Parts: sequence; structure tokens; C-alpha cells
Amino acid sequence: MADADRIPGFATLSIHAGAKPDPTTGARATPIYQTTSFVFDDVEHAASLFGLQAFGNIYTRIGNPTCAVLEERVAALEGGTAGLAVASGHAAQVIVMHALMMPGDEFVASKKLYGGSINQFNHSYKNFGWNVVWADPDDISTFEKAITPKTKCIFIESIANPGGIVTDIEAIGNIARKAGVPLIVDNTLATPYLCKPIDYGADVVVHSLTKFLGGHGNSIGGLIVDAGSFNWSRDKKYPMLCEPRPEYSGMVLHETFGNFAFAIACRVLGLRDLGPALSPFNAFLILTGIETLPLRMQRHCDNALAVAEWLSKRPEIAWVSYPGLPGNKYNTLAAKYAPKGAGAVFTFGLKGGYDAGVKLVSNVKLFSHLANIGDTRSLIIHPASTTHKQLSDAQKVQAGAGPDVVRLSIGLEDKEDIIADLEEALTA
Amino acid sequence: MNHDSYPDSYIRGILNTVKTVAMVGFSPKENRPSYFAFKYLLERGYRVIPVNPGQAGKEVLGQKIYAKLSDIPDPIDMVDVFRGSEHVLPIVQEALTLQPKPQVIWMQLTVRNDEAARLAEEAGMKVVMNRCPKIEYGRLSTEISWIGVNSRTLSSKRAQMYGKGVQRMSLGPKEETKDKN
Ligand SMILES: Cc1ncc(COP(=O)(O)O)c(C=O)c1O
Repeated sequence: MADADRIPGFATLSIHAGAKPDPTTGARATPIYQTTSFVFDDVEHAASLFGLQAFGNIYTRIGNPTCAVLEERVAALEGGTAGLAVASGHAAQVIVMHALMMPGDEFVASKKLYGGSINQFNHSYKNFGWNVVWADPDDISTFEKAITPKTKCIFIESIANPGGIVTDIEAIGNIARKAGVPLIVDNTLATPYLCKPIDYGADVVVHSLTKFLGGHGNSIGGLIVDAGSFNWSRDKKYPMLCEPRPEYSGMVLHETFGNFAFAIACRVLGLRDLGPALSPFNAFLILTGIETLPLRMQRHCDNALAVAEWLSKRPEIAWVSYPGLPGNKYNTLAAKYAPKGAGAVFTFGLKGGYDAGVKLVSNVKLFSHLANIGDTRSLIIHPASTTHKQLSDAQKVQAGAGPDVVRLSIGLEDKEDIIADLEEALTA
Repeated sequence: MNHDSYPDSYIRGILNTVKTVAMVGFSPKENRPSYFAFKYLLERGYRVIPVNPGQAGKEVLGQKIYAKLSDIPDPIDMVDVFRGSEHVLPIVQEALTLQPKPQVIWMQLTVRNDEAARLAEEAGMKVVMNRCPKIEYGRLSTEISWIGVNSRTLSSKRAQMYGKGVQRMSLGPKEETKDKN
């Protein structure tokens, strides 16, 4: 009985949350339910499932038992009420916005975001009539100033890709609360091991599972976590949640599903109709990755700090942007939001500029030159000659991808080998 | 009882004990939360008696609707309140006059009336506020995990099926699940 009220620790949840033995076979590892569809128990049961009157499985675009374990796992790690797995991190963002925004609406986003998200917000969302208003996380007041009556949410990254920027989640959460809009936090680079945005006022957390959560560079995936904290019925701002839905014969999702209504809205209105479902096989691989998240993440951070310290002493290097380094602009925020480590993705500048960047990525032998982060392997990219090549020099600098900038994602190899590879490539 | 956060063992104990539930504020409309809960609890083997003065005498899913609690001829274990918080007190007062007295007053999601709760608890009843028995049943039986909800339970024992199908789960024996809060 004394045990009944214990709240398990992070490592225990990383392994067990959502994953009870399979009810039909007793399989202990989560089975890969590689099936499109599920038979109904009977006609009445089928009708109940379609009407959302029963919990269960219909069709893998809407839900799948392997994906459901992943959903519960990440929701538990983030301290949320429910999760929804989708095909990619970008799909997670679209599904969240689809549940919140109507044509002509606005949202405020930090301008320090993953470049792909900046593209999605600036260009793709135009077709839906969703208008992004950019704010600067280095000047919190710009968020407050950007709020208008049309604002439906605020979107930030906890630790921002690529430059090792730590966002003041709590301060921006307070602005969101005052404005009566939810705060959406992309927690991809931090993972809940380093930072739990819900503790600081996030109402929704999104992930690219592709990165550290999956952690092995083998599967694309995304996830939405509902914090259960936002009152969707306070005003008429969020019709997907607070008004009768014609899709479900007049059901009101918030009154029916309470503090996990947002996750349900994303599933039954977004995922069901837009369709970016996660494959159960990917869910399985990502779940296996999450089982070791706390071990991996700590090692990623310890290695990253060692590499950042080493780089900052090198004559070839002009600057290192790693929030874990004392004296870094974001060191205080990192100490508050990610005390166990400031993540494993950061940038640095080469004194030799563009040519030195090209040379470095060509010379490395252990680092892989590719456009991803959050792998067991150490990864390197020179944005100016790859992901940001099409931008003007001025735009490159603005995006934190100037000609001298190199981004690293530090892996789980021996740190001596990681450093030796950089040393060899820098001096070659 | 701390009504801000209930131990799972408390909720499980209630759902494992009560058999007959009177649902006050029941709506026969199929898209209303009370109808959802009504249908779900019936399917899980509870006897659920709908109460709604405007619908009294009609039948829904084979269950007769009564105008008020005291009209119900059979003993009731739990009163489930689907009314606004301000309407709860007289419902509890009426429940207290029943013979035998119900063991549980359950107020639905968003419904909370601390005065009514105190009155019921002083009379020896258990009280749950701002929760849905359908959601709690689904959570503790693990069924709700199929829609990605954080059940806040861990277990190395497999969940038990309810009845013949494969998609309905039961609450199972009490020690099966390690409750987290
Ligand atoms: C912070 C961040 N958010 C979102 C994404 C997009 O995720 P995905 O590639 O899984 O769509 C990425 C991918 O690089 C990312 O780094």
C-alpha cells in the first residue's frame, strides 16, 4: 500500500510507461502491430468506436497499439495527459496548428527555430491562411508586442536548433497565459530528460522523434503531448475544441474528453483527415530508443561539453556557441532549464571562413557529413554550403548560418575519438 | 479526502465495489457526455439508472428513466452527477434520505461542490469530484492507453479482457496494477 502512491522516476518511465505486457499474447516487448485495421468485437462495438464512445482500435491512420505505447510513453516522460504520434516532427506541428488556427488567424513564433520550421511557417502555412508573426527570444517583450486579437498560440523551441540557444520558457509562458493563448514548445533538442517544458507553462509539447528520442538515426517520427492545462472553452477562440463538431454528430470535444481533449482533437480531426500517420515499425524502433534515453542523453551532453571546451581553446576557432560553457550568453538559462546538460547540438565559427568549413566537413572521418541531429553517431554540417546554400550572405548570417559556421551533433562515441577526428580534420 | 488528486486505489476501489449507478442529469442525446458514460458503464456490466425529470417514464438502451432519485425503487450504490456545480447540494441532500444510503457521490468532469462533498463525507459516503467514471474505468483497465492517454499506471502484468471480445478490458484484480498516484 505504501508503494501505491509512489511516482516512478524518469528511467523507470522511459522503459515501462505505456508498455504493459500484450493483453492477448503476453509478449513482454511491445509487439509491432503491422496491420492496417482491427476487427470489431461486434456491430455495436464498431458503432461505439466510430462514435468515439469506446476506446479502441479501428484503422492505423487513426491509431495503432504500437504507436499508442509510444504516445503514452512520451506523454508520461513529459508529464502530460496524452500523446499523439505522427509521421514526422513537421507533421506534429501542422496537426497542432490545424487544431488551433482558422484562415486569417495569427500565431507568434520565436525566430530562433529549426530552419525547416521557419520555412514551414513562412511559406507552407500561407496556403492555409495561417500567419506567423516573428518574435525575438533575446528580447522577451517582442512576444508581448506581437500579440493581437487574432493570435491563437505562441510557438518556441526549448533549446533551439542549430545555435545552442536556450529559450526563457517560463517568461514566454507568462505572456501566453496573459494573452489567453496556449504555449507550444518544440522540445526536440532537449528531450524531457533535460527539460520538461510543461513544468514551466507549456500547454502543448511537440517533438521530432527523429532526433534524440529515437536516437539511432533510423526512423522519422513526430509526437504531440497535451499538457492538459489549457481551458479551451473559456472563449469561442478554439472551435475545434469548444463547439459541436459536425464530424461527430455534434459532439463537443473539450466537454467530452476534459484535460486530454487537445490530443483527441489532433487525432480525430487532424490526423484522421490530414493523414500523416506513423508506421508501427518506426514506433517500435523509436520506443526501443527511448528505453535508454536517460543514459544516452547524459552521455551526449557530457561528450558535447568536452568537445565544446576543447574547441573553444583551439586557434582555428573564432567562437563556440554552446550554452553549457561558462560565459556563454545562454549559460544562466541553461542552468535553469537544462541543469543536467545543455544538449548535444551546437555551432562554432571557423576563422578560415567558408573554405575552412568546406575543408573541415570534407576531412572528417568519424563525423558523418549529413543533415540530421540526435544520432548515436557524431554528425557535422556546414550550413552555408548545404542547407542554407540558396540564401544570400546576409540572410545566412541572420539565420545563424554564416559562411564560417559549422554545426555539430555530438554522438555517443568515446570523446577522445571525437576530439581526435576534429583535430586531425582541422590541421590536415 | 483531498479532492485535488485521488489515489488510483481510491478510484479503483469505488469502481470495483459499486454495481448500481444512478445518473442524475442524464441526457438521452447520443452526442452528450452523459450518454457516452451511460452506454460505456452499461457495457462494463454496471446497472445504470438514468434520472431526468423531463424524460421520466421513457426508456434508453433498455433502462427506464426516473424523474428523481427518490423515485427509483431499487437500492443505489453510487450517484453520478451530470449537473452544474451549483445544483449538486440538493441532489446530495436527496441522496442522504434514501434507504439504504448510496455509498458514493461522484461528480462529473468540471463539477465540484465542496459543501455538498463535506455533507456526503460526514454521512460516511465516498466522494469523487471533477472526474468521469468512464475515463477512470478506461484508464485503470488500460483501455484508454489505446488512444494515447497517459494512464499514469505501470504494470508487468497483462491487462484482463472484459467479456468475449478482444478490445474491451476489465479492471482486473486489485493488485494487478501498480498505481502511480
Ligand atoms: C527542432 C526541430 N523541430 C522539428 C524538426 C522536424 O522534424 P522532422 O524532420 O521529424 O519532420 C526538426 C528536424 O530537424 C528539428 O530539429
